[in-house]
Amino acid sequence: MGRTLSHARTAGLLVLGVALAGCGSGAAATAGGSTTPKTGGTLTFAVGSDTGCTDPQQVASNDSIYSVRQLVDSLTDQDPETGEIVPWLAESWDVSDDAKTFTFHLRDGVTFSDGSELTAEVVKENFEAAPELGALAGLATGYLSGVEKITADDPRTVTVAFAQPNAQFLQATSTHSLGIVSGASTKLSAQERCTKGIVGSGPFTLAEYAANSSATLKKRTGYAWGSSLWEKQGEAYLDQIVFKVLPEAGVRTGSLQSGQVDAIGNVGRADESALEAAGVTLPARANPGVVFNLAANNSDPILKDAAVRQAIGLAIDRQQVADTVFNTGTQPATSVLAHTTPGYEDLSAALTFDLDAAKALLDAEGWKAGADGVRTRGSEQLRFTISWFANSPTNQPSLELIQQQLRRAGIAVELKQNEISQFATLLASGDYDLIWGNVTRADPDILRSQFSTALSNPYRLSASELDGTLTEQAGTIDPAAREKLVATAQETIVREAYTVPVVELQTKLGVAKRVHALNFEASSRIQLHDTWVE
Amino acid sequence: MRRYVIRRLAQALGVLWAAYTLSFFILVLLPGDPVSAMAGAGMDSAPVDPARLEALRHAYGFDKPVPLQYVDHLGRALTGDFGDSVATGRPVTQLVTEALPQTLLLTATGLGLAFLLGGGLALAATYTDRRWARQFLLSLPPLGVSVPTFWVGLMLVQFFSFRHPWFPAFGNDGPKGLVLPAITLAVPTGAQIALVLAKSLLTTLDEPYVGTALAKGAGRAHVHLRHALRNASLPALTVAGLLVGQLMANAVVIETVFSRNGLGRVTQAAVSAQDIPVVQAVVVYGALVFVVVNLLVDLVYPLLDPRIVLSPRRPQVVTA
Repeated sequence: MGRTLSHARTAGLLVLGVALAGCGSGAAATAGGSTTPKTGGTLTFAVGSDTGCTDPQQVASNDSIYSVRQLVDSLTDQDPETGEIVPWLAESWDVSDDAKTFTFHLRDGVTFSDGSELTAEVVKENFEAAPELGALAGLATGYLSGVEKITADDPRTVTVAFAQPNAQFLQATSTHSLGIVSGASTKLSAQERCTKGIVGSGPFTLAEYAANSSATLKKRTGYAWGSSLWEKQGEAYLDQIVFKVLPEAGVRTGSLQSGQVDAIGNVGRADESALEAAGVTLPARANPGVVFNLAANNSDPILKDAAVRQAIGLAIDRQQVADTVFNTGTQPATSVLAHTTPGYEDLSAALTFDLDAAKALLDAEGWKAGADGVRTRGSEQLRFTISWFANSPTNQPSLELIQQQLRRAGIAVELKQNEISQFATLLASGDYDLIWGNVTRADPDILRSQFSTALSNPYRLSASELDGTLTEQAGTIDPAAREKLVATAQETIVREAYTVPVVELQTKLGVAKRVHALNFEASSRIQLHDTWVE
Repeated sequence: MRRYVIRRLAQALGVLWAAYTLSFFILVLLPGDPVSAMAGAGMDSAPVDPARLEALRHAYGFDKPVPLQYVDHLGRALTGDFGDSVATGRPVTQLVTEALPQTLLLTATGLGLAFLLGGGLALAATYTDRRWARQFLLSLPPLGVSVPTFWVGLMLVQFFSFRHPWFPAFGNDGPKGLVLPAITLAVPTGAQIALVLAKSLLTTLDEPYVGTALAKGAGRAHVHLRHALRNASLPALTVAGLLVGQLMANAVVIETVFSRNGLGRVTQAAVSAQDIPVVQAVVVYGALVFVVVNLLVDLVYPLLDPRIVLSPRRPQVVTA
């Protein structure tokens, strides 16, 4: 069924693309010239999916994060420009030199929408309850792993102590996953939190939720404790935000063009020109974290040879992948981290497209060109599978292009589609050659969870000096010193080609002219407190 | 007649049981399970602790031997309890009953429209004297059957919502929102009804009794509607009964295109998340509707053609 639908979708888009090209000028577009923010009004935002959960601590898909992020505040916020962590619910904080103990000093006078007060005790209850939420709360659980003790020192001070150095925790407190819910909400079961919803202290409250259909958010009156990054003090501009679930991409695009919705998430390359013609703006920002990459199973008898992995990297024309498949402005990978990640190091010189060098590397390793164009060594063929998941429409076209590119170097790859439900099982079993994927996270510690052999080690690396570097950065608080270590880690991963970075993921929104200040936060999701409509 | 109905009801129970059993084992045989589906859904997350996953599997009973799970699920399903959705945690019965009215409304409107459009087309095509008009009208049903449903839906949205803002492009609100989806649903169904009815009308109109009726001075329209249509409608009715399954399958596509909340969307989400309890409930519901509609169709036969006698002993013969 899923298969039929995705074919249906592609074919439908092609047809729609043709139809739209013929009538672009007929669409309604409101031309706005006003620059003074206005209070009031409703914003209608169309997303493609709904996970059926309204608890920020349990959702991980952008389409759900967009709405539930607005319901809660976090202890800190992260500046999307500099990556710096700044005050939100916590006015200030102290981190011990060994990066094991974090003390937050909470702001006064914050209340949840049920009237209860934000206290150190509530924060403690939040962080104690989150890891117990189960399978859906993977993000929050990961951020809090290794937590030893949480103490409410006084009503305004809470201390979180870890068994191991854990520098990433400060950035984690700025994410939606550790957004603070009321004390009463922490006592609900994981399922109740999903279906009944949680009570937050955020600038909006959930007024109505219909699974698979829509979520209506209302402005929280009396809100006065926004992030220090926000331009407007106090309450939000918008009275109401309606999130509509429109699964069909063509319908989202057409609804925005015809003014039935004000903004849409995730604009694909094919829809850009039609939207621009209708006067829609297309703000875009690369997702921080690990770029789309071909992660090698480093325990595979052939792939454990660094030269083979490096040859794969040299044979991929990243620019071509970015320019043909992804939305305009998408950048080819210039490191294993995207350029919006704090601590990113530009390694573009080491990530070039050089087919001759790829061939020379393989020749030197004894891989000789075979009769059918696939290299062989003895009885072995240079042949791999790439496992991928249908969680993004760009996956299949990207991989088909990469398949052709690798073929020119004499490397044969077969594409193997899996259901997302098999992702965890596949990683755990090690039954794969290469995996296509990316990870969004605005902290370089993501490298540790992906590539340290001390943790789950999904790509089956052998222990190396990389482990030491990754552990050391997790215990380093000084930003400059940490950045240096993170740069070393990126250099090692790219040099050894433990994974082959290919292209960044860029989030592109479609926003009608009447909407202003719909901003990206540090994780390239949206912040709607400052947003206003004409 | 009563024995016939009882026997058919017993058969219906057999069909329901078979549908339930078959779908259960297909879902269980798929690689992965709903719990790892939950864990994998957030691909950005740190891998979930295997011990925690094991605990969840235990909570849902997925760690029990398959035959035991089957007996367990079947036992509770018999009392109408399909358990909780693994993906959303909500009771399955609640999920289905919430979505069901929307889908029933859509399919009923679609089927009604299909009868009107398909029947009207078949009557017009067989009634007209003009050869070219008949040829043209008779060429429409094959076209309607062969264009993909999602394409029809997208075209309708494109012209009647995006270009001319007459109807909403999405949502379940009000009768206005029902128009485009119902038309989309009626196109393939109506086309099949038209195909069968036109063919059968043409055959019937060649029967000697039609000539007799005309010779006795009955008007052409009277003969067409009163004599021929009644007899010719049996095959169309049979097809309509079978089309119910197709209607429900098309509802999945249409509810996605028109962003309507309904059983189709619930099914699609449940299948991709391997949400066994929800899929099971939907399958049983689907089988139930199918069985009921076909039973109703069978009961209508004798009303249309008194020569048909419903008997539990022999399969009824439909004369066309």
